[in-house]
Amino acid sequence: MSIPLLTPPLLRLCDIGHQFADGTTALAGVSADIAEGSFVSLVGPSGCGKSTLLRLIAGLDGASSGQIVWPGGRPGDIGFVFQDATLMPWASVADNVWLPHRLRGISREEAQPLIDEALERVGLGGRYGAYPRELSGGMRMRVSIARALSLKPQVLLMDEPFAALDEITREKLNDDLNHLWAEHKWTVIYVTHSVYEATFLSTRILVMPGTPGGFVADEDVEAPARRDDGWRADPDFAQISANVTGHLRRAAARADGARYMS
Amino acid sequence: MSSRSHLKNESLLMRWGVPVLFGFAFLGVWEGLVTYLEVPAYVLPGPVAIFEALVNGFGSLMGSLWVTLRITIAAFLIALVLGTGFAVLFTESRLAARALYPYAVALQVTPIVAIAPLILIWVGLDNAEAAVTILAVIAAFFPVLANMTSGLRAADQNLVDLFRLYGATRWQIIRGVRLPSALPYLLSAMKISAGLALIGTVVAEFVAGSGTSTGLAWRIIEAGNRLQVDRMFAALVLLSFLGISLFFALSALEHYLLRHWHDSAERKAK
Repeated sequence: MSIPLLTPPLLRLCDIGHQFADGTTALAGVSADIAEGSFVSLVGPSGCGKSTLLRLIAGLDGASSGQIVWPGGRPGDIGFVFQDATLMPWASVADNVWLPHRLRGISREEAQPLIDEALERVGLGGRYGAYPRELSGGMRMRVSIARALSLKPQVLLMDEPFAALDEITREKLNDDLNHLWAEHKWTVIYVTHSVYEATFLSTRILVMPGTPGGFVADEDVEAPARRDDGWRADPDFAQISANVTGHLRRAAARADGARYMS
Repeated sequence: MSSRSHLKNESLLMRWGVPVLFGFAFLGVWEGLVTYLEVPAYVLPGPVAIFEALVNGFGSLMGSLWVTLRITIAAFLIALVLGTGFAVLFTESRLAARALYPYAVALQVTPIVAIAPLILIWVGLDNAEAAVTILAVIAAFFPVLANMTSGLRAADQNLVDLFRLYGATRWQIIRGVRLPSALPYLLSAMKISAGLALIGTVVAEFVAGSGTSTGLAWRIIEAGNRLQVDRMFAALVLLSFLGISLFFALSALEHYLLRHWHDSAERKAK
């Protein structure tokens, strides 16, 4: 279990519950403290409300019950990366990265250094003028990440960003994301279906139940911030992944049982 | 010659050569039959006679073409602005959509010929051009409204959420996501609407009657009254030319605006 925080958390989820408009309960009794600079992965069976929780944290939807508290104040800049790249197909790569700045009234010239820096960081320095359709799926996702990073966000929310990519591209982007995080230490909340991805990237893994309820497991990942293939081959990596998989299996079984009973 | 360029040449021949050759063959057979069967010119003139009528009446016909073109384009642009404006209103306000959409549909399904006399009375026969423009707007308005409403609603919801997350105002979301997403829908609607604006103009000119309007439709009525069928055909040719030109101009605009990002433009480019 996670060690109690000595400093106030960046984010506190207090007994969050959420119902959709049709009355379906998506979340119930979700509580957790998220420390600043941590990389927290949310895993859980399909349909358990991971993405919904992320949207609530982003402020895109309001929770039906409970509270989302930012003890130090809500960060002004929150980056969000969706499962698909969510780019404007009619705009060039550079214009897509400019978007959050443009919406704040910052001209292209003023934003240019931030755009350059963000695209260089994700390895797309030479593709400013390309249109999204001219890029591969992996490159589009890099643009999406560059757009989120260009704001230099204190918090980065990522909703299965690499789920649609092939294994090799996904591993490469995981490496790059870890190196960026190790360098900048933003707080990241990362939704994923992949236990191995979660173990590779995270400092902490929260397992959600199959039916609405509080987290069923809270697994710390103790490893150096900057990771590589050596971590993937580490016995601790295998052990943590096995633990999380076990929690997930039990959560899924309970969800199946609950569905069967109802 | 590589097989690729061979294929390209073949597709060019299929695209342009075949329809042009077919057209000439059709005109040849037409001229031949009219001559051979000695069909009177007041029933069916041959293509040569129609061409002569076009050349002889070039000045007056071009003047009328200009009148019809001016009204069609004015009506088309007004329909574009009104259709887009109402589509934005309907997308942003459920109440407005519920209240007004049925009436927009009612206006669309009511035959324009039936409304024309009323509009003419209201606007006044002295202002026939304004009445014709209003009727052409009514004809051209609905495809823009319907397509734009669909297009505005089809915007990527995640992109809308992203705009919201970055603090976009409602207007920034409309301008930054919804309108660009709807552009392919709008461009499709424009091709339909331009044709309908032309049809609306011609029908309204017919109803307005001779002497009040000087567009191509009036030239057709005038020539018909004098049994100048070759001149009727000449005016008809110009009307077709106008419709085709509008369609191709809008197709070119569609390709230009969508060439970087939309599948429809990509397919045409191949």
